Amino acid sequence: MLKDQDRIFQNLYNDLGPDLDSSQKRGDWVNTKEIIDKGREWIINEIKESQLRGRGGAGFPTGLKWSFAPKELGSRPHYLVINGDESEPGTCKDRDILRFEPHKLIEGCLIASYAVQAHVCYIYIRGEYFVDGQKLQAAIDEAYEKKLLGKNAAGTGWDLDIFIHYGAGAYICGEETALLESIEGNKGQPRLKPPFPALIGLYGCPTIINNVETIAVVPTILRRGGKWFASLGREKNTGTKIFCISGNVNNPCNVEEEMNIPLKELIEVHAGGVIGGWENLQAVIPGGSSMPLIPKEKCDTLTMDFDSLVAEKSGLGTAGVVVINKDQDIIKCMARIARFYKHESCGQCTPCREGSGWMWRMLERMARGEASKDEIEMLGDVTKQIEGHTICAFGEGSSWPVQGLLRHFKDEIKKRNNFDPIVKENKNIPYLVDQHLLDKNA
Amino acid sequence: MSLRKPAKNQPDNFEFNSSSLEEAKKIVNKYPKGKQQSAVMALLYLAQKQNDNWIPLAAMKYIAKFLEMPYIKVYEVATFYSMYNLSPVGKYFVQVCTTTPCMIRGANKLVEACKEKISENENELSSDKSCSWMEVECLGACVNAPMMQINDDYFEDLDKEKALEILNKISNGEKPIPGSYRGRVNNEPENNRTTLMDLKNA
Repeated sequence: MLKDQDRIFQNLYNDLGPDLDSSQKRGDWVNTKEIIDKGREWIINEIKESQLRGRGGAGFPTGLKWSFAPKELGSRPHYLVINGDESEPGTCKDRDILRFEPHKLIEGCLIASYAVQAHVCYIYIRGEYFVDGQKLQAAIDEAYEKKLLGKNAAGTGWDLDIFIHYGAGAYICGEETALLESIEGNKGQPRLKPPFPALIGLYGCPTIINNVETIAVVPTILRRGGKWFASLGREKNTGTKIFCISGNVNNPCNVEEEMNIPLKELIEVHAGGVIGGWENLQAVIPGGSSMPLIPKEKCDTLTMDFDSLVAEKSGLGTAGVVVINKDQDIIKCMARIARFYKHESCGQCTPCREGSGWMWRMLERMARGEASKDEIEMLGDVTKQIEGHTICAFGEGSSWPVQGLLRHFKDEIKKRNNFDPIVKENKNIPYLVDQHLLDKNA
Repeated sequence: MSLRKPAKNQPDNFEFNSSSLEEAKKIVNKYPKGKQQSAVMALLYLAQKQNDNWIPLAAMKYIAKFLEMPYIKVYEVATFYSMYNLSPVGKYFVQVCTTTPCMIRGANKLVEACKEKISENENELSSDKSCSWMEVECLGACVNAPMMQINDDYFEDLDKEKALEILNKISNGEKPIPGSYRGRVNNEPENNRTTLMDLKNA
């Protein structure tokens, strides 16, 4: 288990107070000037050395992302945008940073803005977190008052303004280009990439977009050194991470732990175990709803980091661990997730807009046992038609949980749904495109 | 995608009152010159607050003029985002999260409570017109499931009795206290804290 002094978010449970004075006692804002005086190169190299990977879901190396910002400031200003549109079911870590550790985030914004040469930083917070956003705004006001923001922020000679932009209940705005569209005052529909936002982003200017947690850990990494951060976890999956453990556990909670922690330890030690005991575990969604679930057999030995979960055809995502025990109907659970994606699809690409609805309706039928045998293959077919055919990764994300269900719980679906298909004979009608959907053995 | 339609009965006029106007000007100043369109989301939210929790078409037209942008673009934004209510929802707007993490911890019981206490159907005003409820997608408080949001506040760690208690309070005009209803502190593991122990005892 991670030692308490190695935890970055000391105030995760708000024992100490989120205000500036208590934050300074915890070490925030202590030597910001010294850090910035070491220069851009040093900061980016230190972050590269720490092997910090983005905490928003995709796990892109942060140092590398920062180095994509143009080295020379051209005619267009640079922007830093912080993604706090936390809407992935199972995830609620950024909310705690916004309300209890706002100064870690603000200081991180200053350092990151300096590193990518931005003078304006927008923090995009989901609209539902209005109260938490106000707490962050209070912290920002406090920082302005103490001259830690604004002209010559914290005596570093760098000017920085931070503004909060509230979303309004769209999951898709967590996608970086949709988020930029949303800040520009449009519908949040993702843009095609390339061009990447690092070159053409907000208002057509170079923009670096990072998750709240990524930016909030930056000051601590620079204070304690990239080597310290890299010493936690394992190669390429370093550091600490806030895990949100929800669902059928005795004590659902947020906890900051080392990367590569065994899933069993996470659940048994921190979350008080599965309701009904470990043997009652059915499956775990390891990283927010879009990551394919993992059945119990694999949970015994699973470790939680980016690469080991990819090896299990899943992913760490946002580290929102949803525990599902045997009292739950797994098909129903996935059908509800499919309904989430159907509701949240932005409607831009046809495969996701239509496919998410199809998947939801089929899964609902399967949960009730009203589907025919061939529909299981058909469902798999639909997920493949979505995957890889959408503009953004969130569209594909709608198909991954269904694929996970089909991969691990196909027998369960088959047991419940054994109707014969309606069309039995292969009529071979030339103009019927869906020949492959007809029953081949009839 | 969610299908959203504006209400049938629309007021003729809408204008920001003086406090909203002041706030709106402040918001527009957050964005670079010429990019005032960025403020459209915040302004719609202001209009919603001012107009008893919903946005009439007149407000969209007003905001379009205010930000010098086409009305259809404001309409597009207002119909895209699910937090903008396009028809009256009552002074107390109850949103129950029913996505999987809440569902497996019994969010359907909260829905039952809303049906008993407020109205049989979603998006239907209660008999005294003060309240309405709806099922929503993940509100981002999954470790405090099941939960519901009333206007801006989160009510967490609920069950049916506690939800009824809260709904009773709002129908009596009282203001229930937001936060956890099992008395736990924020997101710490209940009765089983394993980390940051020194701070807890400090």
